[in-house]
This record gives sequence, structure tokens and C-alpha cells, in this order.
Amino acid sequence: MFKLKKLVSVIATAAICLSMASCGESKPAAGGTEAKDDGGLIKVGIINNDPNESGYRTANDKDMKYTFTKENGFDASFAYSLKNDEQIGFAQKFIQDEVDYLLLSAADTAGWDSVLKDAQDAGVKVILFDRTIDADPSLYEASIVSDMDKEGQTAVDWLKGQNLPKYEIIHIQGVMGSAAQKGRSGALDTAVSELGWTMVTQQTAEWNAEKAQQIVQSVIDSGKSFNVIYAENDDMAKGAVAALDKANISHGVGKDVVVMGFDCNKWALEELLAQNWNYDGQCNPFQASYIKEIIDTLENGGTIAEKIVIMDEKGFDATTITQADVDNYGI
Amino acid sequence: MSTKAQKSSALDILKKILSNQIFIPISALLILTIVNLIVDPSFFEISLGYSSDGNPVLSGYLMTIIDYGSELAILAIGMTLVTAASGGQDISVGAAIAIAGSVILRVLCGTETSPETIQAPIIVAFLVSVLVAMAFGAFNGVLVAYFRIQPMVATLILFTAGRSIAAWINNNQLPIVNDETFTYFGGFIPGIPIPTPFFIAIACIIVTALVLKFTNLGLYVQSVGINEQSSRLNGLNPKFIKFITFVILGICVAVAGLIKVSRLSTINYSVIAKDIEMDAILAVALGGNVLSGGKFSITSSILGAYVIQFLTTTLYKFEVQSAALSAYKAIVVIILVVISAPVVREKASAIWKKLVNKKAAAKQAG
Repeated sequence: MFKLKKLVSVIATAAICLSMASCGESKPAAGGTEAKDDGGLIKVGIINNDPNESGYRTANDKDMKYTFTKENGFDASFAYSLKNDEQIGFAQKFIQDEVDYLLLSAADTAGWDSVLKDAQDAGVKVILFDRTIDADPSLYEASIVSDMDKEGQTAVDWLKGQNLPKYEIIHIQGVMGSAAQKGRSGALDTAVSELGWTMVTQQTAEWNAEKAQQIVQSVIDSGKSFNVIYAENDDMAKGAVAALDKANISHGVGKDVVVMGFDCNKWALEELLAQNWNYDGQCNPFQASYIKEIIDTLENGGTIAEKIVIMDEKGFDATTITQADVDNYGI
Repeated sequence: MSTKAQKSSALDILKKILSNQIFIPISALLILTIVNLIVDPSFFEISLGYSSDGNPVLSGYLMTIIDYGSELAILAIGMTLVTAASGGQDISVGAAIAIAGSVILRVLCGTETSPETIQAPIIVAFLVSVLVAMAFGAFNGVLVAYFRIQPMVATLILFTAGRSIAAWINNNQLPIVNDETFTYFGGFIPGIPIPTPFFIAIACIIVTALVLKFTNLGLYVQSVGINEQSSRLNGLNPKFIKFITFVILGICVAVAGLIKVSRLSTINYSVIAKDIEMDAILAVALGGNVLSGGKFSITSSILGAYVIQFLTTTLYKFEVQSAALSAYKAIVVIILVVISAPVVREKASAIWKKLVNKKAAAKQAG
């Protein structure tokens, strides 16, 4: 019996390894073919988080693939992982493959010093995107990031500008401690304490629509009045709106409750266009054009003025959004 | 003499009630009810309103409880059977719900992300998802029954991989269903003011009750759970019975998945039905079922599921930080585990006997 168990566990382990290997294969498959026909192409190795992680990441990955093509003069290889150590492994492989540029969206902020040092020694230029890391700035050329504090501030400024007769806010937060949550909560918290707005409830729904729905349902059941829903991403705003619909509370432009979301998912912008929601803040996943600009500058012998590049991020208002915005900015 | 007999029969009844399994979830329910009654009786108000589509809906905390507790109740049915037969739990139900939900959306939406009309009847999508969920249940069942892997370890595989599989089914897209009838399953049917999930749960309960009444499934599951060896000697096939409980859980998963995706007409693979496996196991434990298998009561588990939702809703009402909810549930688990530990049970019954004897002695003396 014990032998059987052992056998099973061995088989299971083997199966898991195999499945991992096959996943790994399908991803950086370009690795084998990339190097050979290097006809003046710029070789870039791109390390990203798993595109399944969120709509943001999917859009980000698509944008990268769309920009770094052979037609644009790039020979790009991609590697994906949500784990820092795996990402470091990919980085080492790319350095061995002698890429010209290493583009990195790090899973974790720590642990990158030595591998980036190797990159520097090998003459590989590193550009960070989306996530910053705890390493000496001399180790990378540039870092292209979103400013979450600014995203929150833009949204809160917009809310201020609505001049509502009263501000009774349901604040639905993302996973506590994440950069997006901190930035987006911070601005609202400040405004609430400074302007005397009422915080009806402040709860984390951990980016989860169902949880958001329950939280709002609970406020509705309690009979408390509210007129603003500030959800830190689109999914949670959607959950909140589902609860409002159930209770026949009107929402959107000129209605009882102002609905605010973040991330600019396409479906969310369509809700704005239909005036069911009021505001959606962008978290810009389109870093590729910024990166390309930097690479072009470096290739032409120029220098980068600012190491940290903060991307333009918009906030969309339901009264002014157009179909073109939905097509251009929806992710 | 007659009064004494009455007294002792009353004691017997009390003892029966106390030793009955359903006593645990009912007492938990009573405690929660009393706490809410004392703190804020408006908790129990139900009002009739209209949804934004103009349909009548009942609303109030109680409605919220029977609404959101229903998926859990459905899962508790399958989880109880799995627990009873295999003496372990399936921790992959959350991931399996993601898969089932993903399949439903895949069939309904085809390859588009947000089609104007659905591509297949909802019933077809649901049946396909039932088949898929049963297949994944069968996978777990084979590992547990035929390869004798511990249920928690066997289901860990799907627990880890399930959400990725769910994302893969839809090519990482997040499809949206634009069909109104699809929202009925997780919302309201026009004209009926009670949330549909509750009816679905009741339908599942009735089906289960009929199956247990007209087949020997319940008895077989119980005997396999109590002693696999002797039930084999009595002509049962323990492996098959363990296997079939996992397949039944698969059906429950598909039903719960339908409700979950219907609530929002879309899916998010990484968060849908997150941590629901823990709640489902907790429902089984709260129902007084022995987590190492054997005797079981599905009624108690279902009641346990609604008690958990009662607790969740109560905590939301008191504006407990939602991140802290699991800590409160953990406290409930600790209390349950301690109560059901053999050592504590023996001590408690010893004390109980002493009390009864003392009373009897006092009476005899008097």
C-alpha cells in the first residue's frame, strides 16, 4: 500500500513538473528562434506578470506585443511569471542571450540588485515599467510608472467639482496595502477629513465584485442614506451597482447615486457612455510607447532627462465621454 | 411517582435534543438571533420594494441571508457527502466554481467578449457546465477513491490549477452576458419577490431528500465512512461510493457556479467564489458532522450554511472590517473543534451524568 502511495505521489509530481514545463514552453517559445536572424534588430527581453492576472495586465501585454514587433525594428522575447524568483531566472537567461534591452515589470520590489548588476556588466540596459523596485537607480535607465496618488487625487478633485449638496460616501477599497489601494484611498481619506464629507462605510472588497455587492447591500439594508459610491476598481463598482439595481436606487448622471470606478475597462466605459456610471479613472497600461521613445533616444545616443517617467492618466466623466474614448482607452 | 417519571422523560427529551446533531447549528442560529434582537431589532424587518426594472422584490437583512447563503447551502450538500464517505474535504470547490462559471460563459458567449444575443440556450450552457464539473469531480474522486490520496491533498491539485484552467477556457477574456433572463438565476424572476437562489437551493434540497429516501446512498455513504473494511465485506464497493460523492459534489458546484456568474453576468477568475471552500467545510462542521467521516446530517449542514451567512451579514451590519471576517469565522471554528473533540465530549458527558445523578439522588432523598 505504501509503495502504491509513493508511486502515485511520484507520478503526480512528474505530472505537475510536466505541466509546468509545457506551460513554460508555450510562453518564451520565441527564445529558440530569436537570435539567429539579427538583421539590425534591437533585441529586447520583456519580463512581465502573468497576463491572466487582470484586464490591466492583458491590455499591457497586448500593447507590448503590438509595439515591439519586427516591423518596428525589434526582436522581442517574452517571459511571464507572477513569482519574483522565476522572473529573476528569466532575467539571467535574457542576459545570457545578450539582449540589448531588458524590460521588467517586477513581481516583487526586492531581490533584484545582483541580477541587474550582471545586466549592467553585460551591457544590457534595463527599463522598468509599471512596477518600481528597491534597487539603486543607477542600475536601470528609466522607470515608467503610474502615479496612484495622482489617480486618486484626480478622482477626488472631480468629485469635489460636482458640488453635490451633501457627500455621503460608500468607499469600497481594494486589497489593503496594494499600491493602487493606498493611492486611491489616500486622496479620499484626506478629502473626507478636510471637507467634512460623511463616510457612510469604508470596507475592503479585495477587488471582488461579489464582496462589493454584499457590502453595499448591507448599507442598503441598514437604511442609511448615501449618494456616492467610490469603488477602487471597475469590478467592485459593478458589484455595487448590482446591489443598487436590486433595491431600485437610481445611479448615474443626474440620478440619486454617483458611481465612480477605476481602471477604464471597456465595459465600464460603456456604462459611462450609457450614463449609468459617472466617473472612471484611468490606470494606464500602455507603457510601450513610452518605452519605445526611451529606447529610440538611447539608440540615437541621447540621454534620458528624467529617470522616473510618470504616465499621463485621465479621468473620464460620463457627461463628456465619447465613443472614441471608449475605443481608445478601454482595456 | 408519576411526576418523577415525567421529570425523567423530560430529562431524556432534553438529553435527546442536546445530543442531536441539529442542536449545534440551531443553537448558533438562536445565539445570533438573540444578539441581533437585543442590539437592533430592525435587523429582522423585511420590506417590499421594487427593483429598477419595476419588479417587486423583498429586501432586508433576512432576505440577504437567504439570498447569499444559498450557494453555500448547495455546496454544503455535496461537501457533507464527501466528508461522510471519504473522511476528508474537497478544497477545490472555489476553483471548480470558476471553471463551471467559465464554461457557462464560454457556451453563452462563444468567442465574443460581449455578444448582443446569447449564442446558445442557457439550459444547454448549464448542462455542459454540469458535465464539466462532474468530470472534475470525477478526477478528484478517482484520486481519492482509487489512488487513496488524502482528499485534501488530492483536491489541492485542482485548487491550485483550477483558476488558471478557468481563465484558459475563455482565452483570458472576461465575457459579459447581455441577456436579461440570465440574471434571473442570481437575482429575481419578474413578479416573484423572493431571490431565485433560494428557490434553487430548495430544489436541490428536495432532490437530495428524494435521492436519500428512495436509494440507499445515505446508508452506503455512512457505512463506508464508519468502516470501509466491514462495508466491503458486506458487499458494498467503498471505492465507487467515495467516487460518486465527489461526482455529486461536482453537480452542486455547477449549480453554485450558475448562481455566481448570474449575479453579475460576468466572471473574474481570480476572485469568483474565493475562499468558499472554507465556508463550505465550516458549514459541514457547524452542522455537527464529524469531519473524519461516518454519520452525517445534510439538514444540519444546510442550516449551518445559512448560519454562516447569518454571521457574515451580522458582521457586515456591525461594520466589522470585511478583511477581519475570516478571523471571526476562525473563532467559530475553534469553538466547534474544541466542542467536538472527544476529550471535551467525554468530560461534558461525565459532568452531565453527575448532575443527573445528583438530582436523582436529591429527589430520592426528598
